[in-house]
Amino acid sequence: MRRYFARKLITYGFTFFAAVTIDWVIPHLMPGDPILNLMSKLQIKDQATFNAIYNTYAKGFRSNLPLWKQYYYFWVSLFHGNLGISVSTNFPTPVTTLIQRAAPYTLGLLIPAILLSWFAGNKVGAMAARRKVLDNSVLPVSYALTATPYQWLALVVAWLLAFIFPFFPIGRGYDIGAIPQYSFTFFFDLLKHWFLPFFSLFLVYFGGWAIGMRNMIIYELESDYSHYLEALGAPRRLVRKYAFRNAVLPQVTGLALQLGAVLAGALVTEIVFTYPGLGFLLYNAILNQDYFIIQGVFLLIIIGVLIANFVVDIAYVLIDPRARIGMQGGQA
Amino acid sequence: MNLEVENLRVYYRTLAGDVQALDGVTFGVGDGEIMGLAGESGCGKSTLGNAIISLTGRMKYIEGSVTLGSAELPIWDFDEMNHHRFNDLSIIPQYAMSAMNPTRKIGKMVGELLDSKGVRHKEYIPELKRRFELVGLSQDVLNMYPIELSGGMKQRAVMVISTLLDPSLLIADEITSALDVSTQKAVAEMLVEFRERGFVKSMIVITHDISILYQVADTILVMYAGKLAEKASADTIINSPRHPYTRLLISSLPEVGVTYTGKRLTGIAGTPPALLNPPEGCRFRDRCPFAYEKCLEEPPFVEIAPGHQTACWKEI
Repeated sequence: MRRYFARKLITYGFTFFAAVTIDWVIPHLMPGDPILNLMSKLQIKDQATFNAIYNTYAKGFRSNLPLWKQYYYFWVSLFHGNLGISVSTNFPTPVTTLIQRAAPYTLGLLIPAILLSWFAGNKVGAMAARRKVLDNSVLPVSYALTATPYQWLALVVAWLLAFIFPFFPIGRGYDIGAIPQYSFTFFFDLLKHWFLPFFSLFLVYFGGWAIGMRNMIIYELESDYSHYLEALGAPRRLVRKYAFRNAVLPQVTGLALQLGAVLAGALVTEIVFTYPGLGFLLYNAILNQDYFIIQGVFLLIIIGVLIANFVVDIAYVLIDPRARIGMQGGQA
Repeated sequence: MNLEVENLRVYYRTLAGDVQALDGVTFGVGDGEIMGLAGESGCGKSTLGNAIISLTGRMKYIEGSVTLGSAELPIWDFDEMNHHRFNDLSIIPQYAMSAMNPTRKIGKMVGELLDSKGVRHKEYIPELKRRFELVGLSQDVLNMYPIELSGGMKQRAVMVISTLLDPSLLIADEITSALDVSTQKAVAEMLVEFRERGFVKSMIVITHDISILYQVADTILVMYAGKLAEKASADTIINSPRHPYTRLLISSLPEVGVTYTGKRLTGIAGTPPALLNPPEGCRFRDRCPFAYEKCLEEPPFVEIAPGHQTACWKEI
């Protein structure tokens, strides 16, 4: 048990190091100079003043240092919880503040979408596996939903429910005039803006979960242990219960991985609906070459994926005796 | 008679048509009788075993009746049969090694199975433990997952679970085929012991291994291409078979004390007919060295000596 977790921790540590390094390298390989971008807004004509300010900025961002030193300081400030400041439109807000501001929107959008679609997809998929009528209706719809390019589906949803039948507003987290406060009206406003992005995500995820569950249930119902239970006259209820429990195992893995990627998952959604979450933040940061925001958001994604994987490892040990035994045998 | 099967016909539905895997079989198994059911792959012996206990999927009931004790079994009605399965008749499946749910502890699985059938599982746990001990499994097995057992242990556990409610008929389907010879012998002896102790009244042991039947079976029923060929006591089948197929089958077994250096063991030339559109008359006709015009008619399965039945025109 100890050895298993020790080995896992080493693997995760190494993965973290490698991923963060890549996270640092990629923005630095981008062409262009973010400080020049920033200075262009100041519109300074005088060359000497320009150089002086440029050098001050360069010193502040340490971009005048050799790359390996920049890399070293990147790690130092990372361990101090300092992700730098925005160098584009939000200059000079700290990246942590920007992330804190955007994260609730993303989490509030994705976590309900993923969890609800997971539960609904599993239930419907399991039902489709044993009812011909459902199988012939749910399955094609599910395939269509997952195969549809998401941005197109999102546009169709927005067009239908905001334009043709204007039930919901498009874009932003809340109405332009609204003032953020703890009141029912503001909450309702948030909810109205939340629904369309949520619904479009729910549809796409739902199809995937339902297909996966249906196939797994059919596989489990055809397995030897199901046939044995039937031969011993077990009621269908018990056979289905066992099949469901075993079929849900891979779905748990999928759920955890999906939740791990939650911070990046909504990029397209947030762009389509101009929803002010992390995806939208990242998108603008990339457009504006805002190193620090890009690094910060990617760092969150890395941490999220690693934690999710670790949780899957642990969850599997708890729910599947086969994984547990493999672990004790030391082969895992 | 404990089990009586009358003119049972079960086909497999396929896109190309019905495969006549079990084409009108009639036989009986007496109280306390262990009947071996032998034949080559695809002859319908497993279909027969499965048809009696659970007709699933593409298997189609055509006609015939199965009577166990004094009650006729509603084998065509899957749900109605649930009252009889496990209680009155049970099966040790071909896939005993993977028959248990991999994510449930064995004791818990048995408990849930019994509860779901309306049997109070608490009353059976002491007996289950006693029987596990009897087949050489420790009581701890109840708290283990199937993956923690070896193949042989799983096989024994399934044997005990299947017979826990003392069914009057047990169907053992190819239970020795995945085992080495010494384990085969142990399993065979265990079957006999189960009968001696009254765990089961009578048994049908399905196998393609005639030598194992010689050790355990009282009678042997030989099938060929979906039909019965011959039924007699084990001794008679081995030592003086009458049906040409049985004779050729027995003569292709190696004998103890005979060296085969100079001579090769001969098999039976040819292959069994396809059962999608089987030929008229005796189905062994094309491979039979004694076939004549009469064989174009279907031979009846009749008694030619006390306790000895066969389906061959030459013997009638």
